[in-house]
Amino acid sequence: MDGNVSPRQIRRIVLEQSKRANVGHIGSALSIAEIVAALYGRILRGTHPEDRERDRFILSKGHAALALYAALHLKNWLSADALRTFCADGSLLGVHPEHALPGVEFSTGSLGHGLPIGAGSALAARLHGLDHRVFVLVSDAECNEGSLWEAVMFAAHHRLANLTAIVDLNGQQAFGHTEDVLSMSPMAERWRAFGWDVHEVDGHDVAALCETVNGLATEGSPHVVLAKTTFGKGVSFMERQIKWHYWPMSDAEYRQATAEVEGA
Amino acid sequence: MRTAFVQTLIELADTDPRIVLLTGDLGYSVLEPFAARFPKRFFNVGVAEQNMVGVATGLAEGGFIPFVYSIVTFAALRPYEFIRNGPVLHQLPVRIVGVGGGFEYGHAGPTHYGLEDVAIMRAQPGITCIAPADHEQARSAFLATWALPGPVYYRIGKDDRTTVPGLAGRFVLGRAQKIGRGSDVALIAMGAVSAEAAAAAEELARQGVSCSLVVVASVTPAPVEDLVAELSRVPLAITVEAHSVNGGIGSLVAETIADHGLPCRLVRCGVRGVLRGPFGGQDYMQRAHGLSRAALVQTALHALHPVAG
Repeated sequence: MDGNVSPRQIRRIVLEQSKRANVGHIGSALSIAEIVAALYGRILRGTHPEDRERDRFILSKGHAALALYAALHLKNWLSADALRTFCADGSLLGVHPEHALPGVEFSTGSLGHGLPIGAGSALAARLHGLDHRVFVLVSDAECNEGSLWEAVMFAAHHRLANLTAIVDLNGQQAFGHTEDVLSMSPMAERWRAFGWDVHEVDGHDVAALCETVNGLATEGSPHVVLAKTTFGKGVSFMERQIKWHYWPMSDAEYRQATAEVEGA
Repeated sequence: MRTAFVQTLIELADTDPRIVLLTGDLGYSVLEPFAARFPKRFFNVGVAEQNMVGVATGLAEGGFIPFVYSIVTFAALRPYEFIRNGPVLHQLPVRIVGVGGGFEYGHAGPTHYGLEDVAIMRAQPGITCIAPADHEQARSAFLATWALPGPVYYRIGKDDRTTVPGLAGRFVLGRAQKIGRGSDVALIAMGAVSAEAAAAAEELARQGVSCSLVVVASVTPAPVEDLVAELSRVPLAITVEAHSVNGGIGSLVAETIADHGLPCRLVRCGVRGVLRGPFGGQDYMQRAHGLSRAALVQTALHALHPVAG
């Protein structure tokens, strides 16, 4: 597996490119650094972006695309030159992932779309008799979307065990805490009641994430990994601070953030 | 057209294993023959149209040609953003089949009227939009378009008996089908209401009006050359659609006239304003919105002879 794809390297790239492009959505990208590192470093099978047998990964919380670009770069699927075009004019690397970019399975950014597509992708694999798996990373706030639950019902009914949803449970959304905006508690019981195989794990523990995913049954219910995370993880002044859904960093903030990530 | 759809689809599915059919729990007494023949390629996804289109998107990316089926409003309007961000944005071969355009679900009321579907599909240049006039043309249209590489929207009617005289099931992608050659007025029609337009054209001919009928089933790609040729020839065009006058073929013809600087006058027959009722069956609703053959004749005569009319 690919040891270059580490949470620290992902965070370093997220900060570097956010600063260079002077854009926000930093907290959301930081909270999934371990999840993306686990997936691209040790879980997803496939030797190149067009490998037909590859496992599919859909970043349904598309606003965290920078973490995905970082992983693609660390896997040598995205050049350093291309990475530096993040949020530049004429680039394929926008705030949300665009499928024209090799390594991006589907264009996302409209929440509630990724799991229905993933369910179709998983069904296609089953109908073809292929054994690749489909992983969809959704945010906890994304579970507000009714279409997500449509897909949850569909996948359970058709027992798509080759489908795994990972929920980035960072507890925050665009206007505040998920508990205050629209409570989804108890999350595990909700998924379980809909017929999914539910796993709860520390979303910042790569080993635990890998152990959980590698232990998933290949038959039966679809799986959901509820990954408890901290919004803005790894940068003390960003953690749990909603403004880092929006704000770019000042020079001083960038220096401090980088120092904290490098020193971690 | 529903039966034409499912029969044609069964024939195609017999030869191409990529074809699968998804329904949002609609199509009772229509889709069963497909389900019986291809039980592993038929999915009733339940009453969840957004997910249906999302699943179809994933299936299409995985190499299948999924047809999704529901009533026009639930097939086109409810999951519209999923169509836009899925098969359109990714250019995948998903087929959206909306049944019952216009007022075909008359007594079911306005939630079931398909009056804006063509407008919103026309707004997406990346999706082929087909609105056949009768079941024979529907079959030809399916055969001509089912294997296109990108997405297709089909607006089909419930009627599998009525045919448009002279149409004979003709369909060519990007072309219009012309019936008769008139010099006074061209009736330009889309969808199942074309039969009313055909009847109106016959009545106008009896009254001495030289009238041609142009059927536009290939809405996108639009039959621009055919329309320009006809609109250059006649002084008056009347568009006929069981659809909002905004965004459908009334708009298409208006755009064509404007784009090409044509001297043709245009009258758009279709649905205007907010639907507040009263409501009724399809014929009642079409009469109420000036889409019956009698109303179309009156509209034409009034436009040709405004003082007398």
